[in-house]
Amino acid sequence: MEKKFGVYICKGCGIGEALNVDDLKKATAGGAKVPAEAVKDHGILCSPEGLEMIRNDVKEGTTCVVIGACSPRVKFEEFEFPGTITERVNLREFIAWTMEPGSEDTQAVAEDYMKMGVIRVRKSSLPEPNILEDLSNTIMVIGGGITGITAALEAADAGYKVFLVEKEAELGGWAAELYKETPRLYPYDKLEEPRIFDKIKEVESNENVTIYKATTVEKTDGQPGLFDVTLRSNGSSQTLKVGAFVMAAGWKPYDASKLEYLGYGNPNVITNVQMEEIARKGKIIRPSDGKEAKKIAFIQCAGSRDANHLPYCSSFCCGTSLKQAKYVREKNSDAVAMIFYKDIRTPGQTELFYKNMQNDPGVLLTKGDVTAITDAGNGNLHVEAENTLLGEKIKVEADLVVLATGIVPATRATQEYFDALTEAGKKGDDAKKAFLDETPQPDSILNLTYRQGPEIPSLEGAYGFADSNFICFQYETRRTGIYTAGCVKQPMTMADAADDAAGAALKAIQCVEHVAKGMAVHPRAWDTTFPDPLMIKCTSCKRCTEECPFGAIDEDEKGTPFYRLNRCRRCGTCMGACPERIVSFKDFSVDIVGSMIKEGVDVPDEGYRVIVLACENDAYPALDSAAIKKMKLHPSVRIIPVRCLGSTNLVWVTDALSRGIDGLILLGCKYGENYQCHFVKGSELANYRFSKLQETLSKLQLEADRCQLLQVAISEYDQLPKMIDDFMKRIDEVGPNPFKGF
Amino acid sequence: MAENKKVLVVGGGFSGLTAAVETAEAGFEVIIVEKTPFFGGRVTQLNKYFPKLCPPNCGLEMNYKRIKNSGDITFYTLSEVEKVSGQEGSYDVTLKISPRFVNDKCVGCNACAEACPVEMSNEFNFGLNKTKAAFITHNQAFPFLYAIDGKHCKGASCAKCVAACKYDAIDLNMKPQTIQVNVGAIVLATGWDVYDIAKLDNLGGGKVANVISNMQMERLASPNGPTDGKILRPSDNKPAKNIAFVQCAGSRDENHLPYCSYICCMASMKQATYIREQYPDSKARIFYIDLRTPGRYEQFYWKVKDDPNVSFTKGKIARITEDPETKDVIVDVEDIMAGKKIQARFDMVVLAAGMVPSTKTAKIPGDISYTPDGFVAAASLKKGIYAVGTLKSPVDVARSVQDATGVAIKSIQSARR
Repeated sequence: MEKKFGVYICKGCGIGEALNVDDLKKATAGGAKVPAEAVKDHGILCSPEGLEMIRNDVKEGTTCVVIGACSPRVKFEEFEFPGTITERVNLREFIAWTMEPGSEDTQAVAEDYMKMGVIRVRKSSLPEPNILEDLSNTIMVIGGGITGITAALEAADAGYKVFLVEKEAELGGWAAELYKETPRLYPYDKLEEPRIFDKIKEVESNENVTIYKATTVEKTDGQPGLFDVTLRSNGSSQTLKVGAFVMAAGWKPYDASKLEYLGYGNPNVITNVQMEEIARKGKIIRPSDGKEAKKIAFIQCAGSRDANHLPYCSSFCCGTSLKQAKYVREKNSDAVAMIFYKDIRTPGQTELFYKNMQNDPGVLLTKGDVTAITDAGNGNLHVEAENTLLGEKIKVEADLVVLATGIVPATRATQEYFDALTEAGKKGDDAKKAFLDETPQPDSILNLTYRQGPEIPSLEGAYGFADSNFICFQYETRRTGIYTAGCVKQPMTMADAADDAAGAALKAIQCVEHVAKGMAVHPRAWDTTFPDPLMIKCTSCKRCTEECPFGAIDEDEKGTPFYRLNRCRRCGTCMGACPERIVSFKDFSVDIVGSMIKEGVDVPDEGYRVIVLACENDAYPALDSAAIKKMKLHPSVRIIPVRCLGSTNLVWVTDALSRGIDGLILLGCKYGENYQCHFVKGSELANYRFSKLQETLSKLQLEADRCQLLQVAISEYDQLPKMIDDFMKRIDEVGPNPFKGF
Repeated sequence: MAENKKVLVVGGGFSGLTAAVETAEAGFEVIIVEKTPFFGGRVTQLNKYFPKLCPPNCGLEMNYKRIKNSGDITFYTLSEVEKVSGQEGSYDVTLKISPRFVNDKCVGCNACAEACPVEMSNEFNFGLNKTKAAFITHNQAFPFLYAIDGKHCKGASCAKCVAACKYDAIDLNMKPQTIQVNVGAIVLATGWDVYDIAKLDNLGGGKVANVISNMQMERLASPNGPTDGKILRPSDNKPAKNIAFVQCAGSRDENHLPYCSYICCMASMKQATYIREQYPDSKARIFYIDLRTPGRYEQFYWKVKDDPNVSFTKGKIARITEDPETKDVIVDVEDIMAGKKIQARFDMVVLAAGMVPSTKTAKIPGDISYTPDGFVAAASLKKGIYAVGTLKSPVDVARSVQDATGVAIKSIQSARR
C-alpha cells in the first residue's frame, strides 16, 4: 500500500485555546516529514464538515490518517475510515484538558505526540489475517455428566458437530445417582424427577453428537481449530480432529474417610451420595441392620469450610440436605430429620424451599459446630455439638447420620502434582528427581502436549478448580480454546452447572469461528494482527516459550520455539520477552514504539522528558478519566499506549535513556494473587524485566529510580497525576540524565 | 441456510452487555437497548467487586471496547420495548426511543451542565447529592454524551444549555421516536432495583439520616461518587468510622422479600473492607441471620473475619433509632448466640437491602408470566425469548455473566431458525 498521509488537527474542546495550531501544523509537517499541504486543521473535526474533509481526502487517495483530537475512547464511530491506517492522537485529554494552555511546554508535548502519531502509522501496515488451513469446527466436550451433556446439546443445537467423551461406561455422572432433584420452580415446594435421563436420551439420539464412553484423552496436540486429540478406549487409540473444547470433567465427593471425627467408618454414618442410593431403592434403611431409620441427623459442612479439609463452601450441600430431609419426611411421616449447620446457605429463590422445609415440624434445624459423632449402642449414634444457640453443648441421639460432604474438582490432583513439581524444580535437579521418583503422577484430563504442561495451569487460591480469574469474564482460562464449566470450575448447583455449560459451549463456538477468520479471541476478539517473528534471528533462548501466558509457543526437537498461532491472544508478551527483538505485529512492534521514542520525542537541553508506557486496557482509560476531571498532568511526560505491559521490551528503555530521556514509567495493572491484567501477568513480567534492568542501570552509573513500574487500577485515576508528580520529584532529585546531549 | 436473524438484547447492564458482546463475537448481529441514558447498570455504580476488590469499571471498559470494535452491535439508549409480536426466528419489536435532547455532536465538555440552572436529585448516586438536569453520570460513562433530563428541564423557555454549547449538540425539540426491528431472538436483561429502605420502618430506613442502603454505600466509597470516595455520613459529612451492617434488610422476610438476595453478605463484608482501608481506627459490625458466602467466596469471609476490627453478631434487629443530638444511630438487637438483648451506638448504619427484579414494577411487553415476587417465570417464556441473571433469581455478577453467556448460545440457536 502506498502511504499517503493526511494529518488533521482539531481546534475544538479547548485544543485551539491550549495550542498554537498553526505552529503545531508546521512542526508536524517538518518534524514528521509530511507535506505541509497534508496537515490540516478544523474548528470541530468530529462535525459533519470536519469528517467530510477527511472522507474526501480518503476518496482522493489518502491511506494514512492521523487525527489529532480527542481520546480514541470517544468518537470512535466518527473517526473510522475503512481501508486506511488511522491513528488517534490524544491532544484533548492528554494536553488541552490537563496542561497549562499556551505554554511552551504544552506546545512541545503536542508536537511530540503528533510526530509520534505519524511515526506509528508510517511504521504500521494494514493487518491481513493469518488463517491456518484445514480447520475443524467440531467441539469436543470432556465429561458426560449434566454439564457435559448440556454443553454437547447446546453446541449441537447451534449447528456444530460435537464429540462427547466420558470416562465411565455410561453417561450421566453424579446427576444419574440422584433419587430426586431440589425444586427448580416457584413456589419451590416440590422435588423434581431427575432430568438427566431425558437428556441422556436426547444426546444419544442427536445426530450432531458422537459419544465416546469408557474413553479417556490420551493426548491433546495442536491448537484451536487444529487440535489432534488421541482418545483411548478398551486398549485401543484413535485420533480425532477438534476445533475447541468444553472441559466439564466434574468433581469427586470429598473423601469421607478423612472425616473420622464425624464417625465415618461406622456403617450408619453415610455420605450424602450414599443417601441418594438408599432413597432410590425405597425406604430409608440404615446399613448396619437393615432397619428403617427414623431419626436422621444431617451434618452440614462435612469437610467443607474447614481449613483442615476444604477451605471453601461446596455450595450445593445445604440444598441437598434439605432435599434429603424431604425424602425422609415423604417416605415416613413419623421420621425426623435433624440438620446441624453453621449457616444455612440457600441463596436466591432456593430460600423459598428452605422456608417450606422450616415449616415442616419434622425437620429440626440446629446451628452449631459438630465436634464428634460417637457410637451410642444398638447401631445408634450420638451427635455432639457446641457453640449452639445459647452457647450450650448438646448431645443428640440419631439412628442414621448423613455427612454432607463437599466437592473436590477433578483437576485438583494434577494441578497440585505439577505445582509441587515446579516447586521442587526450583530447589534444583536433585529435588526434582526425588519428587518424580517418590510421587505417583495422577491422571491428567487433557494431557496437553504443551511445553508449559499437560493441564490447565492452576490459579492461585482456587484449590484446584479450573476457574477463571475474572469476575467479568467467567470463561477465561489460560488455554485458548479450552473452556471449563460446571463443578470442575467452581462449586455450584446442578441448575447453575447447566447454565454454565451453555456459556462454555458458546465460547467454544466463538473460538472456532474466530480462528476461521484469523481473528484473536477474547480479550482482543476483533484483532487480525498476529505475532510474526523473524525466526532467522532467533537464538532459542526460550524466554518467549516460558513467558507466554497462554502457552502459545512450543519448541521443536532442536529447541527452537515455534508459534501455535491459534493459541495466541495477541498480548505481545513474546515481543517484550525477546532479547533479539524479532517479534512484530503489523501495527505494534519493538521498532514502532522504539521509533516513537527515538524520533518522536524531542529532548531539550533544559527540562525533563519522561516516557510513560501505559496499558491501553486500564491505565489509559484511567488517564483519560483524570483528564475529564481536569486534573493536571505533568508536561514532561509522553504517554505511549501499549497492548499490555508484558509487551514492554527493555530495548525501549535503552533507546530512551541513551537519547537523554530522564526516566520511564510503566503504568499497568495490579498484580499478585488478585491480578487484574487481562493477559494474566503483563505488569508482573514487566516488573521482573525491569528489576533485571535496574542492576544494569546501576552499573552504568544511572540511578535505578529512573525506571519505575506503577500499578494502577482503572478506578484510581484520581491518584494518577500525583503518582506521576511524585515520580518527577524523584527525577528532580537524581537530576538530569547524564547522557543528555551526547 | 436462511440468513441469520439479529438478536435483540433488552437491558444494558452487565448481563445485557455480556449477552450482546458474546452473541456478536459468535458472528451474529445484535441490537442492544438500554432504558437510561447510559450503559453499565448496577455494576457501574459499584466501587469494587467482591471478592477480588477490583474495580467493576475495568470489565465494563473492556465490554465497551468490544462493542466499539465489533461492528455488529447497534446500541440505543433511553430505549424501551413497546410491543412484541411474532415467534422464535422472527419477532417484530417496536422500540420507543425517548429524547436525549443531546445529539452525537456532543463532545463531553460539560458546558451545558455548567450553564444549566436546574438541580435535581442525582439518581445515579441514589439521591446522595444533586446533579444538573444536563448531566453525565460519571467520567467513565458510556456513551460519553451528556443527556438532558426531560422531566426536570425547563425547556425552550430556559435554553441556557443551548446557548452554552459550542458544538450544536443540544436540541430541546427532540421528540420521542419509535422504530421497528425484526429479530430472531430476544434476551431480557432488565436487571434489578435495590429494595426501598423507606419500607423498613423499624430499621430507620428513610427516617434516620445516617441509615443508608448498601448501594448508597457503594456510591459513598466510589472515587466518582458524591464524596469523591470519602465515606462521610449524610447528616453532617463527618467521617463514618464506626459502622453497623444489617443483613437481610428486607430479604428473607415474608413482609418484604421472601427470598435471599444472594449478594448482600459478600457486599457487606466487602464494604467493611472499604472503611477499614479508609480509616485505620474504624470498626465494622455485621448483624446477620446466616452468613452466605458460597463457593470460594468463603475465603473472603475468612479474610474479613481475621480483622479484629470487624465483628459478626448473629442477631435480629429489634429497632434502629437516632440520637437526636449527635445524630448517631442506636441499634437495639437480640444477640442470638449470647441469648441477650443489646444496644449499640454507631456513626452510621448500612442496611444490606435486597434485590427487587425490575419486572416487579416494570413488566416487559409480550406474553410473559411472573412469580408473585416479580421474577420472570423462565419456564413459561415463549421460544426464542430468554431471561437472564437477576430477572430469574437474585445472583451476583459472576453468575450473571455465566447465565448471559449461556443465553447467547440459545439466542443464536433461535436466530438461525
